[in-house]
Amino acid sequence: MLSREISQAGPADVERALGRKRLQLHDLAALLSPAAEPFLQKMAARSADITLKRFGRTTQLYAPIYLSNYCTNRCAYCGFSADNLIKRKCLTLDEAEQEAGILHDRGFQHILLVSGEAESAVDVDYMEAIALRLRNKFAAVAIEIQPMSTEHYRRLFNAGITAVAVYQETYDRDLYKTVHLSGKKRDFDYRLETPARVAAAGMREVGIGALLGLADWRAEGLAIGHHLNWLRREFWSTAFTVSFPRMRPAAGEFEPLQIVSEANLSQLIFALRLFDPDVGLIVSTREEERYRDGMLGLGPTRYSAGSCTAPGGYGKSDHEGEQFSVGDHRSLDEVCAMIRAKGFDPVCKDWDREFQISN
Amino acid sequence: MLTIAGTEFRSRLFLGTGKFSSSAVMAEAIAASDAQMVTVALRRVDLDNPDDDIMKALSLRDYTFLPNTSGARDSQEAIRLAHLARAASGSSWLKLEVTPDPRTLLPDPVETLLATEQLVKDGFIVLPYMNADPILALKLQDAGAAAVMPLGSPIGTNQGVLTDFQVEIIIEQAKVPVVVDAGIGAPSHAAYAMEMGADAVLVNTAISVAGNPVAMAEAFAKAVEAGRAAYLAGMGQRSKQASASSPESGQLSSDLGFLS
Repeated sequence: MLSREISQAGPADVERALGRKRLQLHDLAALLSPAAEPFLQKMAARSADITLKRFGRTTQLYAPIYLSNYCTNRCAYCGFSADNLIKRKCLTLDEAEQEAGILHDRGFQHILLVSGEAESAVDVDYMEAIALRLRNKFAAVAIEIQPMSTEHYRRLFNAGITAVAVYQETYDRDLYKTVHLSGKKRDFDYRLETPARVAAAGMREVGIGALLGLADWRAEGLAIGHHLNWLRREFWSTAFTVSFPRMRPAAGEFEPLQIVSEANLSQLIFALRLFDPDVGLIVSTREEERYRDGMLGLGPTRYSAGSCTAPGGYGKSDHEGEQFSVGDHRSLDEVCAMIRAKGFDPVCKDWDREFQISN
Repeated sequence: MLTIAGTEFRSRLFLGTGKFSSSAVMAEAIAASDAQMVTVALRRVDLDNPDDDIMKALSLRDYTFLPNTSGARDSQEAIRLAHLARAASGSSWLKLEVTPDPRTLLPDPVETLLATEQLVKDGFIVLPYMNADPILALKLQDAGAAAVMPLGSPIGTNQGVLTDFQVEIIIEQAKVPVVVDAGIGAPSHAAYAMEMGADAVLVNTAISVAGNPVAMAEAFAKAVEAGRAAYLAGMGQRSKQASASSPESGQLSSDLGFLS
């Protein structure tokens, strides 16, 4: 249904979308379509212009901390899938604090706590405890863990968590069933409703996204547009971000169902920027140095840096048990130097723990 | 069809009944406008008097009667008036107007929000008149307002939709109907509001003080229809620049040579 709307778009629709101040969903469909490909440079220029006006010459920096790679779900595409034979580890609270300390010393003020879905390893009590330990060290602590209830998200908000990322992976209900083989993650609707629960709990920022390489990326882009529209209407005081995890080699050696090229990824990013001038757009270290350097200022607003995707990885030198292998291996300092060299300001602090303190 | 609080309206032109030279002219103008939502200032009518001029003239048509609390200076006055109106008329519809400054007649945002919260709890269908403040519109919706009514320009000034920039934001963010109310001085203003995506417009002064109120009412009805039709047809983007994709930063295209 979404795909049909996209495939029906022609050059005239793309031109109209490029000229509009406020894009509708059918404009987003046009910008995602093959008909928009010859317009990529124009889209990039518009995207750069909008991003400049709305965000200035800045890029936010953050780093992920993988707390645990235990997982009870079997997802065909993921390195942490329950049936993958990898070294499993769940950090103790002290170990997690140590990892965080390393990142803090490197200069990070925004961190993202990530885990697989295994209640016996990482549950709301564990997350609350780690949040309370870390809230005084960082300006903003975000999480990317299993979907939770509104009540649990509220507890975590009160404990100091600012933002929650939860990606639908694919908005294609049928395809979703075929790649999520077992575990709680099989529940498509529960996952889809998660961003709403997060916002309802009072979290300041919600991150959504689709895993690129599963269903048709153009349809996923339009679905993200629908999702954003709906979320903004229901939760007008919440900030939103979109991430673009693009399939990379993983332990399970899942072959992507779609090849999503860098040009495709850029078209998706530009289209979403034109559609939603205010949404944060995150490009992680999954992508190569060259790509991330080139995209600076063209739409993305936030980059991770110096990332390790294995639990305890910052304290060690090996990458055993990682979720995906990283494309951009540069340190925070190196990425900041690149950002400055391009005339932009790398922003390591853009929030404050004081926003979350409730008396 | 426009739906507010479960009631359908064929006409997107709402009419105010003040400032007419007589109830008879008022009634004729309403008939000519084909409006189905008509507001009446509670301070002008005697709802307990079956021979009240205004109410008798209005009783000849099938419409939704929307009493307004114009003159109320604070939420308490507005709430009291609302309850009196409902007791007399049996209708729960209310246009909430809290205008403490009799010169500008601008709506008090704080008192309007307070009154909306209370009146919604009391079971009223509240349509609050407000300045075109997008945050206030969101808060009024959260409080349960059945629609929001941002002003185009101050009551009676006929200056048109001076608040268009903000009304556009309100329309974009709204979960309830948006009725542009106050300051609409010409049919072209009404068309402009409808082209923007407003769900309806409320017009009073421009019709009642026109040389020929009945003809003006007809003109407004046509303008509202034209504006709505244009909106649905998908207006082309107005651009001050010759080339639609010429960004102000001077970039016409971006170098994408880095893509592998």
